[in-house]
Amino acid sequence: MIKGKFIDNLPKVYGIYTGGFLVFIILMAIAEQAGMSAKLIGIFFVAFTVFIYAFIGWLSRTMQADAYYVAGRQVPTVFNGMATAADWMSGASFVAMAGGIYFKGYGYMALLVGWTGGYVLVASLLAPYLRKFGCYTVPDFIGTRYGGNLARLSAVLVLTVASFTYVTAQINATGTIASVALDIPFGIAVYVGLASILMCSMLGGMRAVTWTQVAQYIVLIIAYLLPVFWISNKMGAGFFPHFMLADEVARIAELESQFGLGSVKNSAADLASVPKGLAGITKAHSEVNTTPWKFISLAVCMMAGTASLPHVMMRYFTTPSVKTARRSVGWSLFFIFLLYSSAPMLATLSKLSLMDPNLSTGIIGKSISDVQALDWYQNWNQANLMFVSDFNGNGTLELNEFFMGGKAVVLATPEIAGLPYVISGLVAAGGMAAAMSTADGLVLAISNALSHDIYYKIINPKAETAKRLIVARVLLFLIGFAGASIAALEIQGILGSVIWAFDFAMSGLFFPLVLGVWWKRANAQGAVAGMLLGLISGTAYLIWVRNGGAGFWGVTQLTFGIVGSLVSLVSMVIVSLITKAPDAATQRMVDEVRVPSGKTVLAKSH
Amino acid sequence: MSKQAQHWEKTRNHLFVTLAIWFVFSIGIFFFGAEMEASNFRPLGYPLSYYMTCQGSLGIFVILIFWFANRQEKIDEEFGYTEREGD
Repeated sequence: MIKGKFIDNLPKVYGIYTGGFLVFIILMAIAEQAGMSAKLIGIFFVAFTVFIYAFIGWLSRTMQADAYYVAGRQVPTVFNGMATAADWMSGASFVAMAGGIYFKGYGYMALLVGWTGGYVLVASLLAPYLRKFGCYTVPDFIGTRYGGNLARLSAVLVLTVASFTYVTAQINATGTIASVALDIPFGIAVYVGLASILMCSMLGGMRAVTWTQVAQYIVLIIAYLLPVFWISNKMGAGFFPHFMLADEVARIAELESQFGLGSVKNSAADLASVPKGLAGITKAHSEVNTTPWKFISLAVCMMAGTASLPHVMMRYFTTPSVKTARRSVGWSLFFIFLLYSSAPMLATLSKLSLMDPNLSTGIIGKSISDVQALDWYQNWNQANLMFVSDFNGNGTLELNEFFMGGKAVVLATPEIAGLPYVISGLVAAGGMAAAMSTADGLVLAISNALSHDIYYKIINPKAETAKRLIVARVLLFLIGFAGASIAALEIQGILGSVIWAFDFAMSGLFFPLVLGVWWKRANAQGAVAGMLLGLISGTAYLIWVRNGGAGFWGVTQLTFGIVGSLVSLVSMVIVSLITKAPDAATQRMVDEVRVPSGKTVLAKSH
Repeated sequence: MSKQAQHWEKTRNHLFVTLAIWFVFSIGIFFFGAEMEASNFRPLGYPLSYYMTCQGSLGIFVILIFWFANRQEKIDEEFGYTEREGD
């Protein structure tokens, strides 16, 4: 059926794969009608998709350095766009973002702007130049451009702090989904998630991660869009929700005031009985409008963070040329746009399903015992993600008596809206795909930096390829395991940890990366000062604010990257200017990087 | 000025234009969140601030990157810096 090289047959291979997945969904739907239990359907969806990814990972196994580190630099533009979109859209985007918007409204929509606007910076400031450089990892660029092991080590440090914060959130997300879908305790489920993640990346490194990420993108986008369209049509809100939900948005505001949003408050004693991490589903939407800085500062941090996160940047090392790297950024954002523009629609539909008394699915105003008897309520209550309590003792569920975890919005909406269970199974598979694909990229980014930049470049430059790749795999395993152990502790929510990761990356890496290309005078001393002081000051600010510090300029624990990156910029410029200019060879190297044609700065295999 | 310096100057100017457009739609307009919310201009019936955050700015970024890439390719071509196959 498939002749010739794999790369030439990509559209056909993934076309067949997509068709096969749709057939699988239909088979499951038939099985549900025939009486298959909801639990079994969930297990089938998660197990089947994870098995496919592991299979792709096994097919892509390799023992060559450039295949392991940069997928042989032959990933076509559009497919790299899909892989980047999957790499990018994490458990936070898939599972938690609609929830964030759902609970906090306009303020959290800054994440949508920030997580997309950052790609303009990636395309214009960094990706094409780093591709021309020909590096394997981001610290590889820093180490070669500035010279010296200290610069390389500092870059590895920032990368590790940012990516590790991020990866614990992703393993947490895989654990949440696996625990609900497979019905196992969270503490065990995180290790099930970890095992699936490692199966995709261990054997084939970047090559395996690339081809599984494309497969994961296809699953996650189907899983996100299908319920949005279905619920919208079922509710009669419009056949194309993105263009037709204006009335529903207005209706939510109307219902909120009707149900007494803002006027009815819960007492502290009442709230103490609500399980940790759950929130009431309504907050005033207008608050953020009055303080634009809150919105803008969050968007700025997410944008600069996007342009500094190594697992995204390294995806553009895998394209065949500088030109394709640039275009590939556009495709990445297009594929991300498909999901992000749907998140607010899902949040709207989900909220309305619960709130509107005219809909059969609405629960506000119904009797508490009826709600407690609902199947889906019992499931999600058991998973500690939903809670009701009759605070005022009138037997009716009021708006302020219903509580839900952010993670449940996307995962539980199909059930709440009365869709067949097969859709919930599909959504669980999609969330799993989103979290796994990002975790893969992150774990690989960390282990590649440690194995290439520390082991090979600093400790043992004479190591043979086979030995390097074994070291890389051992590190991959250890990092994944450490991530899972920390995820099992559940220190911070998914969305919170992800936002921190962006702030860490921005504090330490944004200016050293950008100035490495755009400012020839930047030198090693400046870059080291920028990375270390940026990271330290950002972290110090975070700790200070977390421990009750007042903060300044309205910078919160979610936007501490603003402080970190400013310190980084100032210290980098000052230290660069008071120390010696980079030598002529380095200056020539920067000139080289700025011209798209010709050989890469670093040799093809290094 | 050498050919390479000219190429870089054009590239840099192109960057500034791109970043200016980016700034307007990612940061600039959100200083006016309250004004946008109150505006009578409601695309597809959504409040303008809501529309820009969930579709408007996002779509503009996608178009902006493709436009940026196209123009940068033209600049590279003009100076003979286009990559050949097998580079």
